[in-house]
Amino acid sequence: MTGDGPLIQVEHVYKRFGTKVALRDVSFSLVSGEAVALLGANGAGKTTLLRSLATLARPTRGTIQAFGVDAWSARAAVRAQLGVVAHQPYVYPELTCTENLVFFATMFGLEEVRVRAAEALEHVGLARRADDRASTLSRGLLQRLNLARAILHEPAVLLLDEPDTGLDAAGREVLSEIVHSQVTRGGSVVLTTHALEYALGLATRVVVLGEGRVVLDEPRELVSDEAVSLAIGSGVVAAGR
Amino acid sequence: MRRVWALVWKDLLVEFRGREFLGAMVVFALITIVTLNFAFDLSRGDREASGAGGLWIAFLFAGMLGLGRSLAVERDRGTLEGLTLCPVDAGTIFLGKFISNVLFIVIVQAVSLPVFYGLYNLPSLEPMVLLMAVIGAIGLAGLGTLFSALAASSRAREILMPLLLFPLAIPLVIGTVRATTLIFQGDGAEAWPWFNLLAAFDVIFVTLSYIVFDLVLEE
Repeated sequence: MTGDGPLIQVEHVYKRFGTKVALRDVSFSLVSGEAVALLGANGAGKTTLLRSLATLARPTRGTIQAFGVDAWSARAAVRAQLGVVAHQPYVYPELTCTENLVFFATMFGLEEVRVRAAEALEHVGLARRADDRASTLSRGLLQRLNLARAILHEPAVLLLDEPDTGLDAAGREVLSEIVHSQVTRGGSVVLTTHALEYALGLATRVVVLGEGRVVLDEPRELVSDEAVSLAIGSGVVAAGR
Repeated sequence: MRRVWALVWKDLLVEFRGREFLGAMVVFALITIVTLNFAFDLSRGDREASGAGGLWIAFLFAGMLGLGRSLAVERDRGTLEGLTLCPVDAGTIFLGKFISNVLFIVIVQAVSLPVFYGLYNLPSLEPMVLLMAVIGAIGLAGLGTLFSALAASSRAREILMPLLLFPLAIPLVIGTVRATTLIFQGDGAEAWPWFNLLAAFDVIFVTLSYIVFDLVLEE
Protein backbone atom coordinates (compact mmCIF):
# COMPACT_ATOMS: atom_id res chain seq x y z
CA MET A 1 0.00 0.00 0.00
CA THR A 2 1.06 3.58 -0.52
CA GLY A 3 0.21 5.36 2.70
CA ASP A 4 -2.28 8.16 2.09
CA GLY A 5 -2.17 8.00 -1.71
CA PRO A 6 -4.83 6.29 -3.82
CA LEU A 7 -4.71 2.52 -3.97
CA ILE A 8 -5.44 2.67 -7.68
CA GLN A 9 -5.08 5.63 -10.01
CA VAL A 10 -6.49 5.37 -13.53
CA GLU A 11 -5.38 8.12 -15.90
CA HIS A 12 -6.71 8.72 -19.41
CA VAL A 13 -7.12 5.04 -20.15
CA TYR A 14 -8.25 3.87 -23.59
CA LYS A 15 -8.88 0.27 -24.50
CA ARG A 16 -9.44 -0.76 -28.07
CA PHE A 17 -10.40 -4.19 -29.45
CA GLY A 18 -9.73 -3.96 -33.17
CA THR A 19 -11.93 -1.11 -34.37
CA LYS A 20 -14.15 -1.17 -31.26
CA VAL A 21 -13.18 1.30 -28.54
CA ALA A 22 -14.27 -0.11 -25.18
CA LEU A 23 -12.81 2.59 -22.92
CA ARG A 24 -12.31 6.26 -23.83
CA ASP A 25 -10.23 8.56 -21.69
CA VAL A 26 -11.27 6.96 -18.40
CA SER A 27 -9.76 8.53 -15.29
CA PHE A 28 -10.59 7.88 -11.67
CA SER A 29 -8.91 6.96 -8.44
CA LEU A 30 -9.71 4.52 -5.70
CA VAL A 31 -8.76 5.33 -2.12
CA SER A 32 -8.69 3.25 1.00
CA GLY A 33 -12.07 2.49 2.58
CA GLU A 34 -14.14 3.03 -0.57
CA ALA A 35 -16.81 0.80 -2.06
CA VAL A 36 -17.28 1.94 -5.63
CA ALA A 37 -20.36 0.86 -7.57
CA LEU A 38 -19.26 0.78 -11.20
CA LEU A 39 -22.49 0.98 -13.16
CA GLY A 40 -23.60 1.26 -16.74
CA ALA A 41 -25.67 -0.38 -19.41
CA ASN A 42 -24.54 -3.51 -21.26
CA GLY A 43 -21.47 -2.73 -23.35
CA ALA A 44 -20.66 0.42 -21.39
CA GLY A 45 -17.15 -0.87 -20.61
CA LYS A 46 -17.56 -1.99 -16.99
CA THR A 47 -16.02 -5.42 -17.44
CA THR A 48 -13.21 -4.06 -19.63
CA LEU A 49 -12.36 -1.48 -16.98
CA LEU A 50 -12.47 -4.09 -14.23
CA ARG A 51 -10.25 -6.42 -16.27
CA SER A 52 -7.82 -3.57 -16.83
CA LEU A 53 -7.73 -2.87 -13.08
CA ALA A 54 -7.17 -6.60 -12.50
CA THR A 55 -4.17 -6.51 -14.90
CA LEU A 56 -5.94 -8.99 -17.18
CA ALA A 57 -6.16 -6.47 -20.01
CA ARG A 58 -3.47 -3.97 -20.93
CA PRO A 59 -4.71 -0.46 -21.67
CA THR A 60 -4.16 0.60 -25.26
CA ARG A 61 -3.32 4.09 -24.00
CA GLY A 62 -3.11 5.74 -20.58
CA THR A 63 -1.80 4.41 -17.29
CA ILE A 64 -3.07 2.47 -14.32
CA GLN A 65 -1.04 2.88 -11.14
CA ALA A 66 -1.78 0.38 -8.39
CA PHE A 67 -0.22 0.65 -4.94
CA GLY A 68 2.23 3.22 -6.27
CA VAL A 69 3.56 1.20 -9.21
CA ASP A 70 2.58 0.74 -12.85
CA ALA A 71 0.01 -2.04 -12.65
CA TRP A 72 0.96 -3.78 -15.89
CA SER A 73 4.74 -3.68 -15.41
CA ALA A 74 4.54 -4.97 -11.84
CA ARG A 75 1.49 -7.16 -12.35
CA ALA A 76 2.69 -10.15 -10.28
CA ALA A 77 3.17 -7.90 -7.22
CA VAL A 78 -0.08 -6.02 -7.88
CA ARG A 79 -2.08 -9.24 -8.23
CA ALA A 80 -0.98 -10.28 -4.74
CA GLN A 81 -3.11 -7.40 -3.43
CA LEU A 82 -6.15 -7.93 -5.63
CA GLY A 83 -9.08 -10.24 -5.10
CA VAL A 84 -11.04 -10.77 -8.32
CA VAL A 85 -14.46 -12.25 -8.95
CA ALA A 86 -15.26 -12.42 -12.67
CA HIS A 87 -17.96 -14.04 -14.75
CA GLN A 88 -16.13 -17.39 -14.76
CA PRO A 89 -15.84 -19.12 -11.39
CA TYR A 90 -12.03 -19.69 -11.55
CA VAL A 91 -12.39 -22.91 -9.55
CA TYR A 92 -11.83 -26.54 -10.57
CA PRO A 93 -15.03 -28.63 -10.62
CA GLU A 94 -13.11 -31.86 -9.91
CA LEU A 95 -11.62 -30.51 -6.66
CA THR A 96 -13.46 -30.11 -3.38
CA CYS A 97 -14.12 -26.66 -1.97
CA THR A 98 -11.24 -27.09 0.48
CA GLU A 99 -8.86 -28.41 -2.18
CA ASN A 100 -9.65 -25.47 -4.45
CA LEU A 101 -8.95 -22.95 -1.71
CA VAL A 102 -5.83 -24.77 -0.48
CA PHE A 103 -4.53 -24.69 -4.05
CA PHE A 104 -5.14 -20.96 -4.48
CA ALA A 105 -3.81 -20.18 -0.98
CA THR A 106 -0.60 -21.97 -1.92
CA MET A 107 -0.42 -20.09 -5.21
CA PHE A 108 -0.76 -16.82 -3.27
CA GLY A 109 2.13 -17.91 -1.04
CA LEU A 110 0.04 -18.04 2.15
CA GLU A 111 1.00 -20.05 5.23
CA GLU A 112 -1.33 -22.44 7.10
CA VAL A 113 -3.30 -22.91 3.93
CA ARG A 114 -5.83 -25.35 5.40
CA VAL A 115 -6.70 -22.94 8.22
CA ARG A 116 -7.08 -20.07 5.71
CA ALA A 117 -9.27 -22.22 3.49
CA ALA A 118 -11.48 -23.26 6.41
CA GLU A 119 -11.84 -19.64 7.55
CA ALA A 120 -12.78 -18.45 4.07
CA LEU A 121 -15.36 -21.23 3.68
CA GLU A 122 -16.81 -20.35 7.09
CA HIS A 123 -16.95 -16.70 6.03
CA VAL A 124 -19.10 -17.45 2.99
CA GLY A 125 -21.25 -20.08 4.71
CA LEU A 126 -19.81 -23.07 2.88
CA ALA A 127 -18.15 -24.84 5.82
CA ARG A 128 -20.60 -27.75 5.65
CA ARG A 129 -19.79 -28.30 1.96
CA ALA A 130 -16.01 -28.12 2.49
CA ASP A 131 -15.39 -31.69 1.32
CA ASP A 132 -17.85 -31.61 -1.58
CA ARG A 133 -16.56 -31.26 -5.11
CA ALA A 134 -17.17 -27.87 -6.72
CA SER A 135 -19.03 -29.66 -9.54
CA THR A 136 -21.78 -30.60 -7.06
CA LEU A 137 -22.45 -26.99 -6.02
CA SER A 138 -25.37 -24.96 -7.35
CA ARG A 139 -24.66 -21.72 -9.28
CA GLY A 140 -25.17 -19.64 -6.16
CA LEU A 141 -22.96 -21.81 -3.95
CA LEU A 142 -20.30 -21.83 -6.66
CA GLN A 143 -20.38 -18.05 -6.59
CA ARG A 144 -19.87 -18.17 -2.82
CA LEU A 145 -16.85 -20.42 -3.34
CA ASN A 146 -15.62 -17.91 -5.89
CA LEU A 147 -15.99 -15.15 -3.30
CA ALA A 148 -14.11 -17.28 -0.75
CA ARG A 149 -11.27 -17.67 -3.26
CA ALA A 150 -11.18 -13.91 -3.83
CA ILE A 151 -10.95 -12.98 -0.11
CA LEU A 152 -8.63 -15.85 0.85
CA HIS A 153 -5.47 -13.69 0.90
CA GLU A 154 -7.17 -10.61 2.44
CA PRO A 155 -6.53 -8.41 -0.60
CA ALA A 156 -6.29 -4.63 -0.39
CA VAL A 157 -8.72 -4.25 -3.30
CA LEU A 158 -11.65 -6.46 -4.24
CA LEU A 159 -12.72 -6.28 -7.89
CA LEU A 160 -16.16 -7.86 -8.21
CA ASP A 161 -17.74 -8.24 -11.63
CA GLU A 162 -21.44 -9.00 -11.12
CA PRO A 163 -20.72 -10.96 -7.94
CA ASP A 164 -24.44 -11.21 -7.09
CA THR A 165 -25.08 -13.44 -10.13
CA GLY A 166 -26.92 -16.54 -8.96
CA LEU A 167 -26.90 -15.51 -5.31
CA ASP A 168 -30.06 -15.91 -3.24
CA ALA A 169 -30.99 -13.51 -0.41
CA ALA A 170 -28.65 -15.26 2.04
CA GLY A 171 -25.87 -15.20 -0.53
CA ARG A 172 -26.37 -11.47 -1.07
CA GLU A 173 -26.11 -10.95 2.68
CA VAL A 174 -22.79 -12.79 2.64
CA LEU A 175 -21.65 -10.57 -0.23
CA SER A 176 -22.77 -7.41 1.60
CA GLU A 177 -20.91 -8.52 4.72
CA ILE A 178 -17.75 -9.15 2.68
CA VAL A 179 -17.96 -5.67 1.13
CA HIS A 180 -18.58 -4.02 4.53
CA SER A 181 -15.74 -5.85 6.28
CA GLN A 182 -13.39 -5.07 3.38
CA VAL A 183 -14.18 -1.34 3.68
CA THR A 184 -14.05 -1.42 7.49
CA ARG A 185 -10.56 -2.88 7.55
CA GLY A 186 -9.31 -0.15 5.20
CA GLY A 187 -9.48 -2.03 1.94
CA SER A 188 -11.51 -1.04 -1.11
CA VAL A 189 -14.07 -2.59 -3.40
CA VAL A 190 -15.03 -1.96 -7.01
CA LEU A 191 -18.28 -3.70 -7.81
CA THR A 192 -20.27 -3.95 -11.02
CA THR A 193 -23.83 -5.20 -11.12
CA HIS A 194 -27.11 -4.61 -12.89
CA ALA A 195 -28.97 -4.72 -9.55
CA LEU A 196 -28.98 -0.95 -9.12
CA GLU A 197 -30.72 -0.77 -5.75
CA TYR A 198 -28.45 -3.41 -4.26
CA ALA A 199 -25.32 -1.69 -5.57
CA LEU A 200 -26.38 1.73 -4.31
CA GLY A 201 -27.06 0.21 -0.88
CA LEU A 202 -23.47 -1.00 -0.66
CA ALA A 203 -21.56 1.81 -2.35
CA THR A 204 -19.80 4.79 -0.84
CA ARG A 205 -19.16 6.14 -4.33
CA VAL A 206 -20.87 5.75 -7.69
CA VAL A 207 -19.11 5.71 -11.06
CA VAL A 208 -21.27 5.37 -14.16
CA LEU A 209 -19.83 4.45 -17.53
CA GLY A 210 -21.54 5.18 -20.84
CA GLU A 211 -20.06 4.22 -24.18
CA GLY A 212 -16.68 3.68 -22.52
CA ARG A 213 -16.61 7.11 -20.84
CA VAL A 214 -17.12 8.12 -17.22
CA VAL A 215 -20.44 9.99 -17.26
CA LEU A 216 -20.86 10.25 -13.50
CA ASP A 217 -18.43 9.99 -10.58
CA GLU A 218 -19.86 11.15 -7.25
CA PRO A 219 -19.86 10.16 -3.57
CA ARG A 220 -22.96 8.09 -2.86
CA GLU A 221 -24.42 10.60 -0.40
CA LEU A 222 -24.30 13.38 -3.00
CA VAL A 223 -26.16 11.57 -5.76
CA SER A 224 -29.77 10.41 -5.85
CA ASP A 225 -30.96 7.07 -7.20
CA GLU A 226 -32.78 8.95 -9.97
CA ALA A 227 -29.61 10.78 -11.02
CA VAL A 228 -27.78 7.46 -11.25
CA SER A 229 -30.59 5.94 -13.34
CA LEU A 230 -30.54 9.00 -15.59
CA ALA A 231 -26.77 8.75 -15.98
CA ILE A 232 -27.03 5.07 -16.93
CA GLY A 233 -29.84 5.96 -19.35
CA SER A 234 -27.79 8.77 -20.91
CA GLY A 235 -25.00 6.28 -21.47
CA VAL A 236 -27.46 4.00 -23.26
CA VAL A 237 -28.68 6.90 -25.41
CA ALA A 238 -25.09 7.90 -26.20
CA ALA A 239 -24.25 4.30 -27.12
CA GLY A 240 -27.30 4.10 -29.35
CA ARG A 241 -26.47 7.22 -31.34
CA MET B 1 8.95 -24.50 -6.05
CA ARG B 2 6.05 -24.89 -3.59
CA ARG B 3 3.77 -23.25 -6.14
CA VAL B 4 5.06 -25.40 -8.99
CA TRP B 5 4.29 -28.57 -7.01
CA ALA B 6 0.87 -27.19 -6.08
CA LEU B 7 0.16 -26.83 -9.80
CA VAL B 8 1.37 -30.37 -10.50
CA TRP B 9 -0.70 -31.78 -7.62
CA LYS B 10 -3.75 -29.89 -8.89
CA ASP B 11 -3.26 -31.08 -12.49
CA LEU B 12 -2.86 -34.72 -11.45
CA LEU B 13 -5.87 -34.60 -9.14
CA VAL B 14 -8.06 -32.89 -11.76
CA GLU B 15 -7.00 -35.39 -14.45
CA PHE B 16 -7.38 -38.52 -12.31
CA ARG B 17 -10.86 -37.40 -11.21
CA GLY B 18 -12.04 -35.81 -14.46
CA ARG B 19 -10.34 -38.21 -16.92
CA GLU B 20 -10.13 -35.45 -19.46
CA PHE B 21 -7.33 -36.79 -21.68
CA LEU B 22 -4.99 -39.32 -20.01
CA GLY B 23 -7.24 -42.27 -20.82
CA ALA B 24 -7.50 -41.16 -24.43
CA MET B 25 -3.70 -40.80 -24.63
CA VAL B 26 -3.14 -44.35 -23.34
CA VAL B 27 -5.76 -45.87 -25.64
CA PHE B 28 -4.40 -43.98 -28.65
CA ALA B 29 -0.83 -45.17 -27.95
CA LEU B 30 -1.94 -48.79 -27.52
CA ILE B 31 -4.06 -48.75 -30.70
CA THR B 32 -1.12 -47.34 -32.67
CA ILE B 33 1.30 -49.96 -31.31
CA VAL B 34 -1.10 -52.85 -31.96
CA THR B 35 -2.03 -51.62 -35.47
CA LEU B 36 1.57 -51.13 -36.54
CA ASN B 37 2.42 -54.57 -35.16
CA PHE B 38 0.12 -56.04 -37.79
CA ALA B 39 1.32 -53.64 -40.50
CA PHE B 40 5.06 -54.33 -40.12
CA ASP B 41 6.81 -57.50 -41.21
CA LEU B 42 8.61 -58.24 -37.94
CA SER B 43 10.46 -61.25 -39.30
CA ARG B 44 12.68 -59.03 -41.48
CA GLY B 45 16.05 -57.60 -40.46
CA ASP B 46 14.84 -54.00 -40.17
CA ARG B 47 12.23 -54.74 -37.51
CA GLU B 48 14.29 -52.78 -34.93
CA ALA B 49 13.96 -49.63 -37.01
CA SER B 50 10.28 -50.29 -37.77
CA GLY B 51 9.58 -51.00 -34.11
CA ALA B 52 11.41 -47.87 -32.90
CA GLY B 53 9.55 -45.76 -35.46
CA GLY B 54 6.20 -47.24 -34.47
CA LEU B 55 6.91 -46.73 -30.78
CA TRP B 56 7.74 -43.05 -31.19
CA ILE B 57 4.83 -42.42 -33.55
CA ALA B 58 2.61 -43.71 -30.73
CA PHE B 59 4.29 -41.50 -28.11
CA LEU B 60 4.34 -38.43 -30.33
CA PHE B 61 0.69 -38.55 -31.34
CA ALA B 62 -0.57 -39.64 -27.93
CA GLY B 63 1.53 -36.87 -26.36
CA MET B 64 0.10 -34.33 -28.75
CA LEU B 65 -3.42 -35.43 -27.91
CA GLY B 66 -2.84 -34.64 -24.23
CA LEU B 67 -0.65 -31.60 -24.73
CA GLY B 68 -3.25 -29.99 -26.97
CA ARG B 69 -5.86 -30.34 -24.24
CA SER B 70 -3.77 -29.45 -21.21
CA LEU B 71 -4.09 -25.67 -21.49
CA ALA B 72 -7.14 -25.62 -23.78
CA VAL B 73 -9.27 -27.10 -20.98
CA GLU B 74 -8.04 -24.43 -18.55
CA ARG B 75 -8.75 -21.68 -21.05
CA ASP B 76 -12.22 -22.99 -21.93
CA ARG B 77 -13.20 -23.17 -18.26
CA GLY B 78 -11.69 -19.77 -17.47
CA THR B 79 -9.39 -21.26 -14.85
CA LEU B 80 -6.33 -20.20 -16.83
CA GLU B 81 -7.33 -16.62 -16.05
CA GLY B 82 -7.63 -17.63 -12.39
CA LEU B 83 -4.06 -18.95 -12.54
CA THR B 84 -2.89 -15.78 -14.29
CA LEU B 85 -4.38 -13.73 -11.45
CA CYS B 86 -2.16 -15.50 -8.92
CA PRO B 87 0.94 -13.49 -7.98
CA VAL B 88 3.34 -15.83 -9.75
CA ASP B 89 5.39 -15.30 -12.87
CA ALA B 90 4.38 -17.11 -16.03
CA GLY B 91 7.49 -19.27 -15.74
CA THR B 92 6.07 -20.86 -12.58
CA ILE B 93 2.86 -21.74 -14.42
CA PHE B 94 4.94 -23.10 -17.30
CA LEU B 95 7.01 -25.31 -14.98
CA GLY B 96 3.91 -26.70 -13.26
CA LYS B 97 2.21 -27.48 -16.56
CA PHE B 98 5.44 -28.83 -18.06
CA ILE B 99 6.07 -31.25 -15.18
CA SER B 100 2.43 -32.41 -15.28
CA ASN B 101 2.70 -33.02 -19.03
CA VAL B 102 5.96 -34.95 -18.62
CA LEU B 103 4.26 -37.14 -15.99
CA PHE B 104 1.25 -37.77 -18.25
CA ILE B 105 3.50 -38.81 -21.16
CA VAL B 106 5.60 -41.01 -18.84
CA ILE B 107 2.41 -42.73 -17.62
CA VAL B 108 1.45 -43.42 -21.26
CA GLN B 109 4.96 -44.80 -21.85
CA ALA B 110 4.80 -46.93 -18.68
CA VAL B 111 1.63 -48.61 -19.98
CA SER B 112 2.74 -48.83 -23.63
CA LEU B 113 6.28 -50.18 -23.27
CA PRO B 114 5.36 -53.56 -21.72
CA VAL B 115 2.67 -54.03 -24.40
CA PHE B 116 5.21 -53.12 -27.07
CA TYR B 117 7.67 -55.62 -25.56
CA GLY B 118 5.06 -58.36 -25.69
CA LEU B 119 4.07 -57.68 -29.31
CA TYR B 120 7.38 -56.80 -30.95
CA ASN B 121 9.77 -58.90 -28.87
CA LEU B 122 12.25 -56.03 -28.82
CA PRO B 123 14.14 -54.99 -25.64
CA SER B 124 11.87 -52.04 -24.91
CA LEU B 125 12.21 -52.43 -21.14
CA GLU B 126 16.01 -51.97 -21.18
CA PRO B 127 17.14 -49.12 -18.87
CA MET B 128 18.56 -47.22 -21.86
CA VAL B 129 15.19 -47.32 -23.64
CA LEU B 130 13.46 -46.13 -20.49
CA LEU B 131 15.97 -43.29 -20.19
CA MET B 132 15.40 -42.46 -23.86
CA ALA B 133 11.65 -42.43 -23.28
CA VAL B 134 11.98 -39.93 -20.42
CA ILE B 135 14.35 -37.68 -22.41
CA GLY B 136 11.89 -37.75 -25.30
CA ALA B 137 8.98 -37.00 -22.97
CA ILE B 138 10.81 -33.97 -21.55
CA GLY B 139 11.49 -32.53 -25.01
CA LEU B 140 7.98 -33.19 -26.23
CA ALA B 141 6.39 -31.69 -23.10
CA GLY B 142 8.71 -28.67 -23.17
CA LEU B 143 7.72 -27.70 -26.69
CA GLY B 144 4.14 -28.95 -26.34
CA THR B 145 3.36 -26.92 -23.22
CA LEU B 146 4.44 -23.71 -24.94
CA PHE B 147 2.52 -24.40 -28.14
CA SER B 148 -0.49 -25.65 -26.22
CA ALA B 149 -0.72 -22.23 -24.56
CA LEU B 150 -0.24 -20.53 -27.91
CA ALA B 151 -2.90 -22.64 -29.65
CA ALA B 152 -5.36 -22.69 -26.74
CA SER B 153 -6.81 -19.27 -27.55
CA SER B 154 -7.33 -20.16 -31.22
CA ARG B 155 -10.53 -21.68 -32.55
CA ALA B 156 -8.42 -23.81 -34.90
CA ARG B 157 -6.23 -25.14 -32.12
CA GLU B 158 -6.53 -28.80 -33.19
CA ILE B 159 -4.90 -27.83 -36.49
CA LEU B 160 -2.60 -25.17 -35.10
CA MET B 161 -1.01 -27.38 -32.43
CA PRO B 162 0.51 -29.99 -34.80
CA LEU B 163 1.43 -27.28 -37.31
CA LEU B 164 3.44 -25.50 -34.63
CA LEU B 165 4.82 -28.55 -32.87
CA PHE B 166 5.86 -30.88 -35.70
CA PRO B 167 8.49 -28.75 -37.44
CA LEU B 168 10.32 -27.99 -34.21
CA ALA B 169 9.95 -31.55 -32.93
CA ILE B 170 11.71 -33.02 -35.99
CA PRO B 171 15.16 -33.14 -34.30
CA LEU B 172 13.52 -34.81 -31.30
CA VAL B 173 11.76 -37.41 -33.46
CA ILE B 174 14.87 -38.20 -35.53
CA GLY B 175 17.06 -38.42 -32.41
CA THR B 176 14.73 -40.62 -30.39
CA VAL B 177 13.98 -43.00 -33.28
CA ARG B 178 17.67 -43.35 -34.23
CA ALA B 179 18.81 -43.86 -30.64
CA THR B 180 16.02 -46.36 -29.90
CA THR B 181 16.84 -48.29 -33.10
CA LEU B 182 20.49 -48.53 -32.08
CA ILE B 183 19.55 -49.80 -28.61
CA PHE B 184 17.18 -52.36 -30.13
CA GLN B 185 20.03 -53.49 -32.41
CA GLY B 186 22.30 -53.97 -29.39
CA ASP B 187 24.51 -50.96 -30.23
CA GLY B 188 23.73 -49.01 -27.05
CA ALA B 189 27.15 -47.37 -27.02
CA GLU B 190 26.49 -45.92 -30.48
CA ALA B 191 23.34 -44.29 -29.15
CA TRP B 192 25.13 -41.99 -26.67
CA PRO B 193 25.79 -39.15 -29.16
CA TRP B 194 22.02 -39.10 -29.79
CA PHE B 195 21.39 -38.99 -26.05
CA ASN B 196 23.68 -35.98 -25.75
CA LEU B 197 22.00 -34.26 -28.69
CA LEU B 198 18.54 -34.87 -27.24
CA ALA B 199 19.60 -33.74 -23.76
CA ALA B 200 20.87 -30.49 -25.33
CA PHE B 201 17.59 -30.18 -27.25
CA ASP B 202 15.65 -30.61 -24.00
CA VAL B 203 17.68 -27.98 -22.16
CA ILE B 204 17.44 -25.44 -24.97
CA PHE B 205 13.73 -25.83 -25.67
CA VAL B 206 12.59 -26.09 -22.06
CA THR B 207 14.63 -22.98 -21.20
CA LEU B 208 13.34 -21.04 -24.21
CA SER B 209 9.75 -22.09 -23.52
CA TYR B 210 10.14 -21.02 -19.87
CA ILE B 211 11.41 -17.61 -20.94
CA VAL B 212 8.81 -16.84 -23.61
CA PHE B 213 5.80 -18.39 -21.83
CA ASP B 214 4.96 -14.97 -20.40
CA LEU B 215 4.38 -13.62 -23.92
CA VAL B 216 1.86 -16.30 -24.88
CA LEU B 217 0.02 -16.35 -21.56
CA GLU B 218 -0.65 -12.64 -21.15
CA GLU B 219 -3.02 -10.70 -23.34
